[in-house]
Amino acid sequence: MEKMPRWADVLLVPLISLIIAFLISGLVILAIGQNPVEAMRVMVTGALGSSYGWGYTLYYATNFMFTGLAVSVAFHASLFNIGGEGQATLGGLGVALVCLLIPWPHWSLALAAAIVAAAAFGAIWAAIPAYLQAKRGSHIVITTIMFNFIAAALLNYLLVNVLRPQGSMDPASARFAPTTNLPELGAMLNAVGIPFAKGTPANISLLLALVCAVAVWVLLWHTRLGFEIRSFGKSQKAAQYAGINPVRITMVAMLISGGLAGMMAINTVQGEANRLLLNSVEGAGFIGIAVALMGRNHPFGVVLASILFGFLYQGGAELALWTQIPRELITVIQGLVILFTGALGYMVQKPVEALFMRRRGAR
Amino acid sequence: MDFATIIQMLDSTVRLATPLLLACLAGLFSERAGIFDIGLEGKMLIAAFASAAFAVFSGSVWVGLLAGIAASLMLSFIHGMASITFRGNQLISGVALNFLASGLTVLLSQSWFGLGGRTPSLEGAARFSEITLPFADAVRGVPVLGPIYADLISGHTILVYVALALVPASAWLLYSTRFGLRLRAVGENPAAVDTAGVSVVAIRYAAVLICGVLCGLAGAYLASLAAQFGREMTAGRGYIALAALIFAKWRPWYALTACLLFGFLDAVAIRFQNIDLGVFVIPVQFTQALPYILTVVILAGFVGKAIPPRAGGEPYVKER
Repeated sequence: MEKMPRWADVLLVPLISLIIAFLISGLVILAIGQNPVEAMRVMVTGALGSSYGWGYTLYYATNFMFTGLAVSVAFHASLFNIGGEGQATLGGLGVALVCLLIPWPHWSLALAAAIVAAAAFGAIWAAIPAYLQAKRGSHIVITTIMFNFIAAALLNYLLVNVLRPQGSMDPASARFAPTTNLPELGAMLNAVGIPFAKGTPANISLLLALVCAVAVWVLLWHTRLGFEIRSFGKSQKAAQYAGINPVRITMVAMLISGGLAGMMAINTVQGEANRLLLNSVEGAGFIGIAVALMGRNHPFGVVLASILFGFLYQGGAELALWTQIPRELITVIQGLVILFTGALGYMVQKPVEALFMRRRGAR
Repeated sequence: MDFATIIQMLDSTVRLATPLLLACLAGLFSERAGIFDIGLEGKMLIAAFASAAFAVFSGSVWVGLLAGIAASLMLSFIHGMASITFRGNQLISGVALNFLASGLTVLLSQSWFGLGGRTPSLEGAARFSEITLPFADAVRGVPVLGPIYADLISGHTILVYVALALVPASAWLLYSTRFGLRLRAVGENPAAVDTAGVSVVAIRYAAVLICGVLCGLAGAYLASLAAQFGREMTAGRGYIALAALIFAKWRPWYALTACLLFGFLDAVAIRFQNIDLGVFVIPVQFTQALPYILTVVILAGFVGKAIPPRAGGEPYVKER
């Protein structure tokens, strides 16, 4: 017998976790002598009150969709890919090389090539930990953490010694040619008659992220491979007995995961900065974990959770601008969301389950 | 490279290895009891902040130290709640606590001191002073051994000696006491410990809290060394300590070696930047990444195999 209805599991539990996280954050704001209601108002008007705000919210959300989907796919195979940060760093390298080395006549061709390069570079960076997990039993969490640091060192080296244009002091690559610049979301919406602010960083990558979300949904629930990934995640022994090759599933799940994380770089590197910077990932790889947990590892949930975190990110920037509250408040909220939806999930889930059991018993 | 430079390098190796060693031993206790802890970084960070802040308020480094330990213990307790009582995912809990520490430290230091996320400088009694061992100045003139004693062994703060003393102490506690046997057993086969009538939960909580105390020492050491708290000042040392723990195969004496090695790499990276070997140049980024690369190689089992405690990461369920 199900302990509680499905809607409670997918909707109520994350919602309660979120409310607890927000309440504690509110207490933190009170503790530092600020007004939580005012803070919330600044965040909502700043991030959602104008199409300009939405442009930033959706830009951040795009990053989190990619990394959140990446974490989810690995989670379904019961692999915890904590290396989204490193995989996205490498993805950025792939995008930058494609945009710098080839004179693209049109952005659409550059985008197609960047997708391939970003996904391939991200996947390669995930492949080594995946192989070590599958073949040598090295714990994938530890190896992916190590690969995050190795990626950061590698990128630092390449930017300082190889990609930095002569005479430039900052560790960043040259600017990409204007023909590689991706269309802005504002301009695209204006073209079809929807008014939207110009000059926001949201770009066509948002559509790409949504396509990826649908693709992940189809893959996981409507293909043989997705079934194999999910069975492997539920019970490795049963999956193996059913003839599912554990090495293959571990590799494939991590390659897809790394590829998705890598594609995040299209949004930041090609869509916004138009050059490769030292820290273009900005922790989005880690936020992917929060997004995946919050979204219950379902692509639809991931998209919603990404928009929520996009709102928090843009709202955090507004807070830092208009109030005395530093934007690190967002890091606190993020930690609390991960804590309550992930690690302390059982604490939230139990009372809800008990409530439903009692109601069922009464009937 | 002359002798004085070598002594200087080794001296900074000891300084840089100390926080790693404290955090590594912290992780050792936790993981030997079957609780994975990737939250070492967060605990060190919040301890560094709390110890710096309270050292500023009180003017005493000891009050700071206690505050640092208390803050670190608080996170340890949450980690224990999540991974022992509520049987949550220990890795996710660690990630969450790292974020919490990273955000809270900046938020609180900005609101308490308004210096953009750092604390005022620690001066005088708010910092650990360097201890000059007896006769250090007298023997400095003795060739070779004199400088080794006076400049390398003498002249560190108390926590350096504490950290070094903790290595044999941990080895003794883990391998020669009843508590140590139970702690290791809880990490390998908790059901057996339970059957023997010993509380798995109590032992695991004890291990997690020991981990909190040691991370508190590590954070306080960092704050005192830098004479202030700065945002993200642990700079990944918690993860390096985790790497050292794997490198050391979860053993105290190996932990000392691993931490000294990683401390040495850090000292080399700081002092030499790019190393020109004539044939080719070793970039500083490679030296910085080397601890992580070495750990992956060890984990891969190509050079000696690192086998984690068998029950690591799994919550213990008494009845099914």
